[in-house]
Amino acid sequence: MEYFLQQLINGIALGSIYGLIAIGYTMVYGIIGMINFAHGDVFMVGAFIALISFLGLMAVGVTFVPLALILVLVVAMLLTSAWGWTIERVAYRPLRSSFRLAPLITAIGMSIALQNFMQVAQGARVKPLQPVITGRFEMFAGDNFAVTLSNIQILIVVTTIVLMAVFWLIIDRTSLGRSLRACEQDRMMAALCGVNVDRTISLTFVMGAALAAVAGLLYLLYYGVIDFFIGFIVGIKAFTAAVLGGIGSLPGAMLGGLIIGLIETFWSAYFTIEYKDVAAFSMLALVLIFFPSGLLGRPEVEKV
Amino acid sequence: MSARGADTPVLQVEHLTMRFGGLVAVDDVSFEARRSEITALIGPNGAGKTTVFNCITGFYKPTEGMITLTQVSGQRYLLERMDDHVINAKAGVARTFQNIRLFPGMTVLENLMVAQHQMLTKGPARALGSLIGLAAYRQAEAEALSFAIHWLERVGLTARADQAAGDLPYGDQRRLEIARAMCTRPELLCLDEPAAGLNARESEELNGLLRSICAEGNTAILLIEHDMSVVMRISDHVIVLDHGSVIADGPPSKVQNDEHVIAAYLGVPDEEVANVEKEVGA
Repeated sequence: MEYFLQQLINGIALGSIYGLIAIGYTMVYGIIGMINFAHGDVFMVGAFIALISFLGLMAVGVTFVPLALILVLVVAMLLTSAWGWTIERVAYRPLRSSFRLAPLITAIGMSIALQNFMQVAQGARVKPLQPVITGRFEMFAGDNFAVTLSNIQILIVVTTIVLMAVFWLIIDRTSLGRSLRACEQDRMMAALCGVNVDRTISLTFVMGAALAAVAGLLYLLYYGVIDFFIGFIVGIKAFTAAVLGGIGSLPGAMLGGLIIGLIETFWSAYFTIEYKDVAAFSMLALVLIFFPSGLLGRPEVEKV
Repeated sequence: MSARGADTPVLQVEHLTMRFGGLVAVDDVSFEARRSEITALIGPNGAGKTTVFNCITGFYKPTEGMITLTQVSGQRYLLERMDDHVINAKAGVARTFQNIRLFPGMTVLENLMVAQHQMLTKGPARALGSLIGLAAYRQAEAEALSFAIHWLERVGLTARADQAAGDLPYGDQRRLEIARAMCTRPELLCLDEPAAGLNARESEELNGLLRSICAEGNTAILLIEHDMSVVMRISDHVIVLDHGSVIADGPPSKVQNDEHVIAAYLGVPDEEVANVEKEVGA
Protein backbone atom coordinates (compact mmCIF):
# COMPACT_ATOMS: atom_id res chain seq x y z
CA MET A 1 0.00 0.00 0.00
CA GLU A 2 2.77 2.43 0.91
CA TYR A 3 4.62 1.47 -2.20
CA PHE A 4 1.52 2.09 -4.28
CA LEU A 5 1.01 5.54 -2.76
CA GLN A 6 4.60 6.44 -3.40
CA GLN A 7 4.27 5.49 -7.06
CA LEU A 8 1.05 7.48 -7.30
CA ILE A 9 2.89 10.59 -6.11
CA ASN A 10 5.77 10.00 -8.52
CA GLY A 11 3.36 9.38 -11.38
CA ILE A 12 1.38 12.56 -10.77
CA ALA A 13 4.57 14.65 -10.72
CA LEU A 14 5.77 13.14 -13.99
CA GLY A 15 2.31 13.34 -15.53
CA SER A 16 2.09 17.06 -14.71
CA ILE A 17 5.19 17.70 -16.79
CA TYR A 18 3.76 15.70 -19.70
CA GLY A 19 0.48 17.54 -19.37
CA LEU A 20 2.13 20.96 -19.59
CA ILE A 21 3.83 19.96 -22.83
CA ALA A 22 0.74 18.23 -24.20
CA ILE A 23 -1.18 21.52 -23.95
CA GLY A 24 1.14 22.96 -26.60
CA TYR A 25 0.43 20.08 -28.98
CA THR A 26 -3.28 20.16 -28.48
CA MET A 27 -3.67 23.93 -28.84
CA VAL A 28 -1.74 24.09 -32.09
CA TYR A 29 -3.68 21.13 -33.45
CA GLY A 30 -6.93 22.76 -32.40
CA ILE A 31 -6.25 26.01 -34.17
CA ILE A 32 -4.43 25.03 -37.37
CA GLY A 33 -4.90 21.28 -37.51
CA MET A 34 -1.23 20.42 -37.65
CA ILE A 35 0.95 18.36 -35.33
CA ASN A 36 3.84 20.56 -34.27
CA PHE A 37 6.51 17.87 -33.98
CA ALA A 38 9.07 20.51 -33.03
CA HIS A 39 7.19 21.20 -29.79
CA GLY A 40 9.14 18.55 -27.87
CA ASP A 41 12.31 20.31 -28.90
CA VAL A 42 10.90 23.65 -27.84
CA PHE A 43 10.58 22.02 -24.42
CA MET A 44 14.24 20.94 -24.68
CA VAL A 45 15.28 24.48 -25.64
CA GLY A 46 13.30 25.73 -22.64
CA ALA A 47 15.18 23.35 -20.35
CA PHE A 48 18.53 24.56 -21.71
CA ILE A 49 17.57 28.22 -21.36
CA ALA A 50 16.54 27.49 -17.78
CA LEU A 51 19.83 25.73 -17.05
CA ILE A 52 21.95 28.47 -18.60
CA SER A 53 20.11 31.29 -16.89
CA PHE A 54 20.22 29.43 -13.58
CA LEU A 55 23.97 28.97 -13.78
CA GLY A 56 24.29 32.58 -14.92
CA LEU A 57 22.37 33.84 -11.92
CA MET A 58 24.49 31.72 -9.61
CA ALA A 59 27.61 33.17 -11.19
CA VAL A 60 26.51 36.76 -10.59
CA GLY A 61 25.71 35.91 -7.00
CA VAL A 62 21.94 35.41 -6.88
CA THR A 63 22.01 32.52 -4.49
CA PHE A 64 18.64 32.97 -2.83
CA VAL A 65 16.90 30.00 -4.43
CA PRO A 66 13.25 31.18 -4.62
CA LEU A 67 14.29 34.48 -6.20
CA ALA A 68 16.60 32.71 -8.63
CA LEU A 69 13.84 30.29 -9.57
CA ILE A 70 11.34 33.03 -10.27
CA LEU A 71 13.87 34.91 -12.40
CA VAL A 72 14.76 31.72 -14.27
CA LEU A 73 11.09 30.99 -14.83
CA VAL A 74 10.46 34.44 -16.29
CA VAL A 75 13.55 34.38 -18.48
CA ALA A 76 12.87 30.85 -19.72
CA MET A 77 9.24 31.62 -20.51
CA LEU A 78 10.10 34.82 -22.38
CA LEU A 79 12.98 33.40 -24.41
CA THR A 80 11.25 30.12 -25.21
CA SER A 81 8.14 32.02 -26.27
CA ALA A 82 10.31 33.98 -28.64
CA TRP A 83 11.55 30.68 -30.05
CA GLY A 84 8.00 29.43 -30.44
CA TRP A 85 6.93 32.63 -32.16
CA THR A 86 9.91 32.56 -34.51
CA ILE A 87 9.41 28.91 -35.44
CA GLU A 88 5.82 29.58 -36.41
CA ARG A 89 6.74 32.71 -38.32
CA VAL A 90 9.64 31.17 -40.21
CA ALA A 91 8.68 27.55 -40.71
CA TYR A 92 4.90 27.25 -40.59
CA ARG A 93 3.20 30.46 -41.65
CA PRO A 94 4.65 30.54 -45.18
CA LEU A 95 3.35 27.01 -45.71
CA ARG A 96 -0.05 27.41 -44.15
CA SER A 97 -1.96 27.48 -47.42
CA SER A 98 0.21 24.75 -48.91
CA PHE A 99 -0.76 21.07 -49.14
CA ARG A 100 -1.56 19.24 -45.94
CA LEU A 101 1.70 17.35 -45.53
CA ALA A 102 3.97 20.38 -45.97
CA PRO A 103 3.69 21.74 -42.41
CA LEU A 104 4.17 18.24 -41.03
CA ILE A 105 7.40 17.83 -42.97
CA THR A 106 8.75 21.22 -41.91
CA ALA A 107 7.79 20.43 -38.33
CA ILE A 108 9.93 17.30 -38.42
CA GLY A 109 12.70 19.27 -40.09
CA MET A 110 12.42 21.97 -37.45
CA SER A 111 12.66 19.33 -34.73
CA ILE A 112 15.88 17.90 -36.19
CA ALA A 113 17.27 21.41 -36.72
CA LEU A 114 16.63 22.38 -33.08
CA GLN A 115 18.24 19.18 -31.80
CA ASN A 116 21.30 19.62 -33.94
CA PHE A 117 21.55 23.29 -33.10
CA MET A 118 21.57 22.48 -29.41
CA GLN A 119 24.04 19.64 -29.92
CA VAL A 120 26.44 21.95 -31.72
CA ALA A 121 25.89 24.95 -29.47
CA GLN A 122 25.94 23.16 -26.11
CA GLY A 123 27.71 19.90 -26.79
CA ALA A 124 26.37 16.38 -26.88
CA ARG A 125 27.10 15.44 -23.27
CA VAL A 126 24.49 15.44 -20.57
CA LYS A 127 24.35 18.63 -18.55
CA PRO A 128 23.96 18.16 -14.83
CA LEU A 129 22.59 20.64 -12.34
CA GLN A 130 23.28 20.11 -8.68
CA PRO A 131 20.06 19.56 -6.74
CA VAL A 132 18.54 22.96 -6.10
CA ILE A 133 15.44 22.03 -4.23
CA THR A 134 16.21 19.37 -1.73
CA GLY A 135 14.22 18.38 1.29
CA ARG A 136 11.32 16.04 1.53
CA PHE A 137 8.99 15.04 4.21
CA GLU A 138 7.80 11.70 5.26
CA MET A 139 4.05 11.40 5.03
CA PHE A 140 3.85 8.18 6.95
CA ALA A 141 6.01 5.15 7.43
CA GLY A 142 4.84 1.60 6.91
CA ASP A 143 6.49 -1.57 8.14
CA ASN A 144 9.51 -1.33 5.89
CA PHE A 145 8.66 1.53 3.57
CA ALA A 146 8.15 5.23 4.13
CA VAL A 147 6.00 7.31 1.78
CA THR A 148 7.80 10.56 1.10
CA LEU A 149 6.79 13.65 -0.73
CA SER A 150 9.73 15.71 -1.92
CA ASN A 151 9.58 19.47 -2.11
CA ILE A 152 10.30 19.39 -5.82
CA GLN A 153 7.25 17.17 -6.37
CA ILE A 154 5.13 19.65 -4.46
CA LEU A 155 6.57 22.46 -6.55
CA ILE A 156 5.79 20.60 -9.79
CA VAL A 157 2.19 19.87 -8.90
CA VAL A 158 1.48 23.31 -7.45
CA THR A 159 3.07 25.09 -10.43
CA THR A 160 1.06 22.97 -12.82
CA ILE A 161 -2.21 23.63 -11.01
CA VAL A 162 -1.57 27.37 -10.85
CA LEU A 163 -0.60 27.54 -14.53
CA MET A 164 -3.62 25.51 -15.57
CA ALA A 165 -5.89 27.84 -13.62
CA VAL A 166 -4.35 30.96 -15.17
CA PHE A 167 -4.44 29.38 -18.57
CA TRP A 168 -8.05 28.35 -18.24
CA LEU A 169 -8.96 31.89 -17.16
CA ILE A 170 -7.26 33.33 -20.23
CA ILE A 171 -9.00 30.92 -22.58
CA ASP A 172 -12.40 31.14 -20.97
CA ARG A 173 -12.70 34.71 -19.78
CA THR A 174 -10.62 37.10 -21.85
CA SER A 175 -11.19 38.52 -25.27
CA LEU A 176 -7.96 36.92 -26.46
CA GLY A 177 -9.19 33.52 -25.33
CA ARG A 178 -12.51 34.03 -27.07
CA SER A 179 -10.84 34.94 -30.32
CA LEU A 180 -8.60 31.91 -29.97
CA ARG A 181 -11.60 29.63 -29.60
CA ALA A 182 -13.33 31.37 -32.50
CA CYS A 183 -10.31 30.74 -34.72
CA GLU A 184 -10.38 27.09 -33.66
CA GLN A 185 -13.93 26.72 -34.90
CA ASP A 186 -13.90 28.78 -38.08
CA ARG A 187 -10.79 30.72 -38.98
CA MET A 188 -12.29 32.48 -42.00
CA MET A 189 -15.35 33.59 -40.11
CA ALA A 190 -13.19 34.83 -37.23
CA ALA A 191 -11.28 36.99 -39.71
CA LEU A 192 -14.57 38.40 -40.96
CA CYS A 193 -15.45 39.31 -37.39
CA GLY A 194 -12.30 41.42 -37.25
CA VAL A 195 -10.06 38.92 -35.45
CA ASN A 196 -6.46 39.02 -36.62
CA VAL A 197 -6.03 35.31 -37.31
CA ASP A 198 -2.28 35.41 -37.92
CA ARG A 199 -1.70 37.13 -34.60
CA THR A 200 -3.98 34.68 -32.82
CA ILE A 201 -2.06 31.72 -34.24
CA SER A 202 1.22 33.32 -33.17
CA LEU A 203 -0.24 33.76 -29.71
CA THR A 204 -1.08 30.05 -29.59
CA PHE A 205 2.51 29.16 -30.31
CA VAL A 206 3.75 31.66 -27.76
CA MET A 207 1.50 30.29 -25.02
CA GLY A 208 2.37 26.69 -25.87
CA ALA A 209 6.08 27.50 -25.80
CA ALA A 210 5.75 29.33 -22.48
CA LEU A 211 4.15 26.26 -20.90
CA ALA A 212 6.82 24.03 -22.46
CA ALA A 213 9.48 26.28 -20.92
CA VAL A 214 7.94 25.79 -17.50
CA ALA A 215 7.89 22.05 -18.14
CA GLY A 216 11.55 22.28 -19.16
CA LEU A 217 12.48 24.04 -15.93
CA LEU A 218 10.54 21.54 -13.82
CA TYR A 219 12.10 18.62 -15.68
CA LEU A 220 15.55 20.08 -15.09
CA LEU A 221 14.88 20.50 -11.38
CA TYR A 222 13.28 17.06 -11.06
CA TYR A 223 15.85 14.97 -12.89
CA GLY A 224 18.92 17.19 -12.56
CA VAL A 225 20.28 16.26 -15.99
CA ILE A 226 19.32 17.31 -19.48
CA ASP A 227 20.75 16.77 -22.93
CA PHE A 228 19.91 17.82 -26.46
CA PHE A 229 17.84 14.68 -27.05
CA ILE A 230 15.31 14.91 -24.19
CA GLY A 231 12.84 16.70 -26.45
CA PHE A 232 12.34 13.65 -28.61
CA ILE A 233 11.10 11.02 -26.19
CA VAL A 234 9.39 13.44 -23.79
CA GLY A 235 7.81 15.17 -26.77
CA ILE A 236 6.48 11.90 -28.17
CA LYS A 237 5.08 11.02 -24.74
CA ALA A 238 3.37 14.40 -24.45
CA PHE A 239 2.01 14.03 -27.95
CA THR A 240 0.67 10.61 -26.97
CA ALA A 241 -0.91 12.24 -23.95
CA ALA A 242 -2.60 14.84 -26.13
CA VAL A 243 -3.99 12.17 -28.45
CA LEU A 244 -5.04 9.99 -25.53
CA GLY A 245 -6.98 12.83 -23.92
CA GLY A 246 -8.51 13.84 -27.23
CA ILE A 247 -6.45 16.13 -29.37
CA GLY A 248 -7.82 19.66 -29.45
CA SER A 249 -9.17 19.39 -25.90
CA LEU A 250 -7.29 21.26 -23.16
CA PRO A 251 -8.55 19.30 -20.14
CA GLY A 252 -7.96 16.20 -22.26
CA ALA A 253 -4.28 17.09 -22.64
CA MET A 254 -3.85 17.42 -18.90
CA LEU A 255 -5.76 14.20 -18.21
CA GLY A 256 -3.79 12.36 -20.90
CA GLY A 257 -0.53 13.62 -19.40
CA LEU A 258 -1.47 12.33 -15.97
CA ILE A 259 -2.54 8.95 -17.33
CA ILE A 260 0.67 8.50 -19.33
CA GLY A 261 2.77 9.56 -16.32
CA LEU A 262 0.95 7.15 -14.02
CA ILE A 263 1.12 4.19 -16.41
CA GLU A 264 4.81 4.74 -16.94
CA THR A 265 5.55 4.99 -13.24
CA PHE A 266 3.42 2.02 -12.21
CA TRP A 267 4.75 -0.16 -14.99
CA SER A 268 8.32 0.63 -13.97
CA ALA A 269 7.51 -0.02 -10.35
CA TYR A 270 5.63 -3.28 -10.65
CA PHE A 271 6.92 -4.79 -13.88
CA THR A 272 10.00 -4.01 -15.91
CA ILE A 273 11.44 -0.55 -16.31
CA GLU A 274 12.70 -1.40 -19.81
CA TYR A 275 9.16 -1.73 -21.14
CA LYS A 276 7.66 1.40 -19.61
CA ASP A 277 7.44 3.15 -22.99
CA VAL A 278 5.84 0.11 -24.56
CA ALA A 279 3.22 0.15 -21.81
CA ALA A 280 2.46 3.84 -22.34
CA PHE A 281 2.11 3.52 -26.08
CA SER A 282 0.09 0.29 -25.86
CA MET A 283 -2.34 2.13 -23.64
CA LEU A 284 -2.71 4.71 -26.41
CA ALA A 285 -3.49 2.01 -28.95
CA LEU A 286 -6.06 0.46 -26.64
CA VAL A 287 -7.78 3.75 -25.87
CA LEU A 288 -7.94 4.72 -29.52
CA ILE A 289 -9.64 1.44 -30.38
CA PHE A 290 -12.47 2.15 -27.96
CA PHE A 291 -12.48 5.98 -28.06
CA PRO A 292 -11.29 6.93 -31.54
CA SER A 293 -11.36 10.65 -30.74
CA GLY A 294 -9.60 10.29 -27.38
CA LEU A 295 -11.03 10.35 -23.88
CA LEU A 296 -12.37 13.92 -23.89
CA GLY A 297 -12.20 14.70 -27.59
CA ARG A 298 -15.19 15.65 -29.63
CA PRO A 299 -15.86 13.42 -32.61
CA GLU A 300 -14.94 15.17 -35.83
CA VAL A 301 -18.05 16.51 -37.51
CA GLU A 302 -17.76 16.89 -41.23
CA LYS A 303 -18.38 20.51 -42.21
CA VAL A 304 -20.78 20.98 -45.06
CA MET B 1 -21.09 63.38 -39.12
CA SER B 2 -19.43 65.14 -42.02
CA ALA B 3 -21.60 65.78 -45.04
CA ARG B 4 -18.85 64.52 -47.31
CA GLY B 5 -19.02 60.96 -46.04
CA ALA B 6 -22.76 60.88 -45.63
CA ASP B 7 -23.51 61.96 -49.18
CA THR B 8 -21.28 59.61 -51.14
CA PRO B 9 -22.45 56.01 -51.52
CA VAL B 10 -21.04 53.68 -48.88
CA LEU B 11 -19.94 51.19 -51.48
CA GLN B 12 -18.87 51.90 -55.03
CA VAL B 13 -18.01 48.93 -57.20
CA GLU B 14 -16.41 49.96 -60.46
CA HIS B 15 -15.61 47.70 -63.41
CA LEU B 16 -15.26 44.65 -61.23
CA THR B 17 -14.06 41.59 -63.14
CA MET B 18 -13.22 38.22 -61.66
CA ARG B 19 -11.79 35.41 -63.75
CA PHE B 20 -11.04 31.88 -62.64
CA GLY B 21 -8.75 30.60 -65.35
CA GLY B 22 -10.87 30.79 -68.50
CA LEU B 23 -14.15 31.26 -66.67
CA VAL B 24 -15.33 34.83 -66.32
CA ALA B 25 -17.52 34.73 -63.21
CA VAL B 26 -18.01 38.48 -62.95
CA ASP B 27 -17.62 40.67 -66.01
CA ASP B 28 -17.23 44.46 -65.72
CA VAL B 29 -19.80 44.97 -62.98
CA SER B 30 -20.38 48.46 -61.57
CA PHE B 31 -22.93 49.49 -58.97
CA GLU B 32 -23.37 51.49 -55.80
CA ALA B 33 -24.91 50.92 -52.40
CA ARG B 34 -26.16 53.99 -50.54
CA ARG B 35 -26.40 54.73 -46.85
CA SER B 36 -29.77 53.99 -45.17
CA GLU B 37 -30.84 51.92 -48.14
CA ILE B 38 -31.27 48.24 -48.79
CA THR B 39 -29.62 47.29 -52.04
CA ALA B 40 -30.51 43.86 -53.42
CA LEU B 41 -28.33 41.85 -55.73
CA ILE B 42 -30.45 39.32 -57.59
CA GLY B 43 -30.06 36.98 -60.52
CA PRO B 44 -30.40 33.35 -61.55
CA ASN B 45 -28.12 30.68 -60.11
CA GLY B 46 -24.54 31.06 -61.27
CA ALA B 47 -24.99 34.74 -62.15
CA GLY B 48 -21.98 35.72 -60.03
CA LYS B 49 -23.72 37.23 -57.01
CA THR B 50 -21.74 35.37 -54.37
CA THR B 51 -18.51 36.05 -56.28
CA VAL B 52 -19.22 39.78 -56.05
CA PHE B 53 -19.73 39.33 -52.30
CA ASN B 54 -16.51 37.40 -51.98
CA CYS B 55 -14.61 40.18 -53.75
CA ILE B 56 -16.11 42.81 -51.46
CA THR B 57 -15.29 40.87 -48.29
CA GLY B 58 -11.76 39.94 -49.31
CA PHE B 59 -12.21 36.20 -49.97
CA TYR B 60 -11.14 36.78 -53.55
CA LYS B 61 -8.78 39.33 -54.98
CA PRO B 62 -10.58 40.71 -58.06
CA THR B 63 -8.85 40.34 -61.42
CA GLU B 64 -9.77 43.90 -62.35
CA GLY B 65 -11.76 46.77 -60.93
CA MET B 66 -12.03 48.97 -57.89
CA ILE B 67 -14.16 48.60 -54.77
CA THR B 68 -14.34 51.76 -52.69
CA LEU B 69 -15.89 51.99 -49.28
CA THR B 70 -16.61 55.44 -47.86
CA GLN B 71 -17.31 55.70 -44.14
CA VAL B 72 -19.57 58.26 -42.48
CA SER B 73 -16.44 60.13 -41.43
CA GLY B 74 -15.42 60.51 -45.08
CA GLN B 75 -12.56 58.05 -44.68
CA ARG B 76 -12.18 55.96 -47.86
CA TYR B 77 -10.85 52.44 -48.22
CA LEU B 78 -9.99 50.46 -51.34
CA LEU B 79 -11.25 47.04 -50.34
CA GLU B 80 -9.55 45.09 -53.12
CA ARG B 81 -6.20 45.98 -51.56
CA MET B 82 -6.97 44.88 -48.02
CA ASP B 83 -6.70 41.61 -46.09
CA ASP B 84 -9.90 40.00 -44.90
CA HIS B 85 -9.69 40.80 -41.20
CA VAL B 86 -8.78 44.41 -41.91
CA ILE B 87 -11.79 44.76 -44.20
CA ASN B 88 -13.94 44.15 -41.17
CA ALA B 89 -11.80 45.75 -38.49
CA LYS B 90 -10.87 48.96 -40.30
CA ALA B 91 -13.23 49.46 -43.22
CA GLY B 92 -16.30 48.16 -41.39
CA VAL B 93 -17.71 45.54 -43.73
CA ALA B 94 -19.54 42.59 -42.17
CA ARG B 95 -21.14 39.65 -43.88
CA THR B 96 -23.24 36.56 -43.32
CA PHE B 97 -23.26 33.35 -45.31
CA GLN B 98 -25.75 31.32 -47.29
CA ASN B 99 -24.93 28.33 -45.12
CA ILE B 100 -24.78 29.70 -41.59
CA ARG B 101 -21.31 30.06 -40.13
CA LEU B 102 -21.57 30.72 -36.42
CA PHE B 103 -19.04 29.53 -33.88
CA PRO B 104 -21.17 26.53 -32.94
CA GLY B 105 -19.28 25.49 -29.81
CA MET B 106 -19.40 28.93 -28.21
CA THR B 107 -22.39 30.40 -26.45
CA VAL B 108 -24.72 32.86 -28.14
CA LEU B 109 -23.31 35.70 -26.03
CA GLU B 110 -19.71 34.70 -26.75
CA ASN B 111 -20.45 34.77 -30.47
CA LEU B 112 -21.43 38.42 -30.08
CA MET B 113 -18.39 39.16 -27.90
CA VAL B 114 -15.94 37.70 -30.41
CA ALA B 115 -17.31 40.11 -32.97
CA GLN B 116 -16.16 42.95 -30.73
CA HIS B 117 -12.70 41.52 -30.24
CA GLN B 118 -10.85 44.13 -32.22
CA MET B 119 -12.53 46.91 -30.28
CA LEU B 120 -11.42 45.26 -27.03
CA THR B 121 -7.82 44.76 -28.05
CA LYS B 122 -7.07 47.95 -29.89
CA GLY B 123 -3.36 48.43 -29.49
CA PRO B 124 -0.90 46.30 -27.57
CA ALA B 125 -1.61 48.05 -24.26
CA ARG B 126 -5.20 46.83 -24.21
CA ALA B 127 -4.25 43.38 -25.45
CA LEU B 128 -1.92 43.11 -22.49
CA GLY B 129 -4.54 44.72 -20.27
CA SER B 130 -6.98 41.99 -21.17
CA LEU B 131 -4.57 39.48 -19.66
CA ILE B 132 -4.12 41.24 -16.35
CA GLY B 133 -7.54 42.87 -16.15
CA LEU B 134 -6.73 46.59 -16.30
CA ALA B 135 -9.47 49.07 -15.53
CA ALA B 136 -9.55 50.47 -19.08
CA TYR B 137 -10.02 46.99 -20.44
CA ARG B 138 -12.73 46.20 -17.93
CA GLN B 139 -14.65 49.27 -18.95
CA ALA B 140 -14.34 48.38 -22.65
CA GLU B 141 -15.47 44.86 -21.83
CA ALA B 142 -18.50 46.17 -19.97
CA GLU B 143 -19.42 48.35 -22.95
CA ALA B 144 -19.02 45.42 -25.31
CA LEU B 145 -21.22 43.32 -23.06
CA SER B 146 -23.99 45.88 -22.94
CA PHE B 147 -23.84 46.26 -26.73
CA ALA B 148 -24.09 42.48 -27.12
CA ILE B 149 -27.07 42.41 -24.75
CA HIS B 150 -28.72 45.21 -26.74
CA TRP B 151 -28.45 43.07 -29.88
CA LEU B 152 -29.64 39.93 -28.11
CA GLU B 153 -32.78 41.84 -27.22
CA ARG B 154 -33.27 43.12 -30.72
CA VAL B 155 -33.10 39.67 -32.27
CA GLY B 156 -35.08 38.12 -29.41
CA LEU B 157 -32.40 35.75 -28.15
CA THR B 158 -31.91 37.08 -24.62
CA ALA B 159 -33.30 33.90 -23.06
CA ARG B 160 -30.85 31.78 -25.01
CA ALA B 161 -27.71 33.83 -24.27
CA ASP B 162 -25.87 30.99 -22.55
CA GLN B 163 -26.77 28.19 -24.95
CA ALA B 164 -24.27 26.88 -27.47
CA ALA B 165 -24.90 28.64 -30.77
CA GLY B 166 -24.89 25.34 -32.64
CA ASP B 167 -27.91 24.11 -30.64
CA LEU B 168 -30.22 26.95 -31.67
CA PRO B 169 -33.07 26.35 -34.11
CA TYR B 170 -32.37 27.39 -37.69
CA GLY B 171 -34.27 30.68 -37.66
CA ASP B 172 -32.56 31.77 -34.43
CA GLN B 173 -29.16 30.97 -35.92
CA ARG B 174 -29.94 33.22 -38.88
CA ARG B 175 -30.87 36.10 -36.61
CA LEU B 176 -27.84 35.51 -34.41
CA GLU B 177 -25.59 35.68 -37.45
CA ILE B 178 -27.01 39.10 -38.30
CA ALA B 179 -26.64 40.24 -34.70
CA ARG B 180 -23.03 39.09 -34.68
CA ALA B 181 -22.34 40.97 -37.91
CA MET B 182 -23.92 44.09 -36.38
CA CYS B 183 -21.76 43.76 -33.28
CA THR B 184 -18.72 44.54 -35.40
CA ARG B 185 -20.37 47.97 -35.87
CA PRO B 186 -20.29 47.80 -39.67
CA GLU B 187 -20.76 50.58 -42.19
CA LEU B 188 -21.84 48.00 -44.75
CA LEU B 189 -23.69 44.79 -43.94
CA CYS B 190 -23.59 42.12 -46.66
CA LEU B 191 -26.22 39.40 -46.30
CA ASP B 192 -26.11 36.29 -48.46
CA GLU B 193 -29.68 34.96 -48.74
CA PRO B 194 -30.78 35.94 -45.24
CA ALA B 195 -34.33 34.64 -45.77
CA ALA B 196 -33.33 31.20 -47.08
CA GLY B 197 -35.07 28.47 -45.14
CA LEU B 198 -37.18 30.82 -43.04
CA ASN B 199 -40.93 30.39 -42.78
CA ALA B 200 -43.30 33.21 -43.67
CA ARG B 201 -43.48 34.63 -40.16
CA GLU B 202 -39.74 34.49 -39.57
CA SER B 203 -39.17 36.06 -42.94
CA GLU B 204 -41.53 38.88 -42.00
CA GLU B 205 -39.64 39.45 -38.72
CA LEU B 206 -36.38 39.52 -40.64
CA ASN B 207 -37.71 42.21 -42.97
CA GLY B 208 -38.64 44.30 -39.94
CA LEU B 209 -35.17 43.84 -38.46
CA LEU B 210 -33.40 44.83 -41.67
CA ARG B 211 -35.61 47.89 -42.09
CA SER B 212 -34.90 48.99 -38.53
CA ILE B 213 -31.13 48.60 -39.05
CA CYS B 214 -31.39 50.77 -42.13
CA ALA B 215 -33.56 53.35 -40.45
CA GLU B 216 -30.86 53.97 -37.86
CA GLY B 217 -28.86 55.41 -40.71
CA ASN B 218 -25.35 54.23 -39.97
CA THR B 219 -25.38 51.03 -41.89
CA ALA B 220 -26.07 50.26 -45.53
CA ILE B 221 -27.35 46.80 -46.37
CA LEU B 222 -26.41 44.84 -49.46
CA LEU B 223 -28.21 41.56 -49.84
CA ILE B 224 -28.40 38.60 -52.17
CA GLU B 225 -31.84 37.09 -52.28
CA HIS B 226 -33.78 34.56 -54.30
CA ASP B 227 -37.13 35.16 -52.69
CA MET B 228 -38.62 37.81 -54.99
CA SER B 229 -41.40 38.72 -52.58
CA VAL B 230 -38.75 39.67 -50.01
CA VAL B 231 -36.68 41.60 -52.53
CA MET B 232 -39.58 43.58 -53.94
CA ARG B 233 -40.96 44.43 -50.53
CA ILE B 234 -37.89 45.61 -48.67
CA SER B 235 -35.26 46.79 -51.10
CA ASP B 236 -34.85 50.38 -52.21
CA HIS B 237 -32.66 49.52 -55.11
CA VAL B 238 -32.22 46.32 -57.12
CA ILE B 239 -29.31 45.20 -59.27
CA VAL B 240 -29.86 42.22 -61.54
CA LEU B 241 -26.91 40.08 -62.58
CA ASP B 242 -26.94 37.45 -65.30
CA HIS B 243 -23.93 35.55 -66.59
CA GLY B 244 -21.64 37.86 -64.64
CA SER B 245 -22.96 41.16 -66.04
CA VAL B 246 -25.41 43.73 -64.77
CA ILE B 247 -28.56 43.55 -66.90
CA ALA B 248 -30.74 45.92 -64.90
CA ASP B 249 -30.26 48.48 -62.12
CA GLY B 250 -32.99 50.58 -60.51
CA PRO B 251 -35.91 50.66 -58.10
CA PRO B 252 -37.81 47.37 -57.70
CA SER B 253 -40.89 48.50 -59.61
CA LYS B 254 -38.83 49.31 -62.67
CA VAL B 255 -36.64 46.21 -62.55
CA GLN B 256 -39.68 44.00 -62.17
CA ASN B 257 -40.97 44.94 -65.61
CA ASP B 258 -37.62 44.99 -67.41
CA GLU B 259 -37.72 42.61 -70.35
CA HIS B 260 -34.10 41.49 -69.94
CA VAL B 261 -34.80 40.53 -66.36
CA ILE B 262 -37.91 38.60 -67.32
CA ALA B 263 -35.96 36.84 -70.05
CA ALA B 264 -33.14 35.96 -67.65
CA TYR B 265 -35.52 34.51 -65.11
CA LEU B 266 -38.13 32.89 -67.32
CA GLY B 267 -36.14 32.20 -70.47
CA VAL B 268 -36.77 33.81 -73.85
CA PRO B 269 -40.22 33.77 -75.55
CA ASP B 270 -41.13 30.77 -77.71
CA GLU B 271 -41.09 32.63 -81.04
CA GLU B 272 -37.45 33.63 -80.47
CA VAL B 273 -36.47 30.02 -79.86
CA ALA B 274 -38.27 29.14 -83.08
CA ASN B 275 -36.31 31.86 -84.93
CA VAL B 276 -32.99 30.55 -83.68
CA GLU B 277 -33.95 27.00 -84.57
CA LYS B 278 -34.82 28.12 -88.07
CA GLU B 279 -31.44 29.84 -88.43
CA VAL B 280 -29.41 26.81 -87.42
CA GLY B 281 -31.66 24.56 -89.48
CA ALA B 282 -32.91 22.34 -86.68
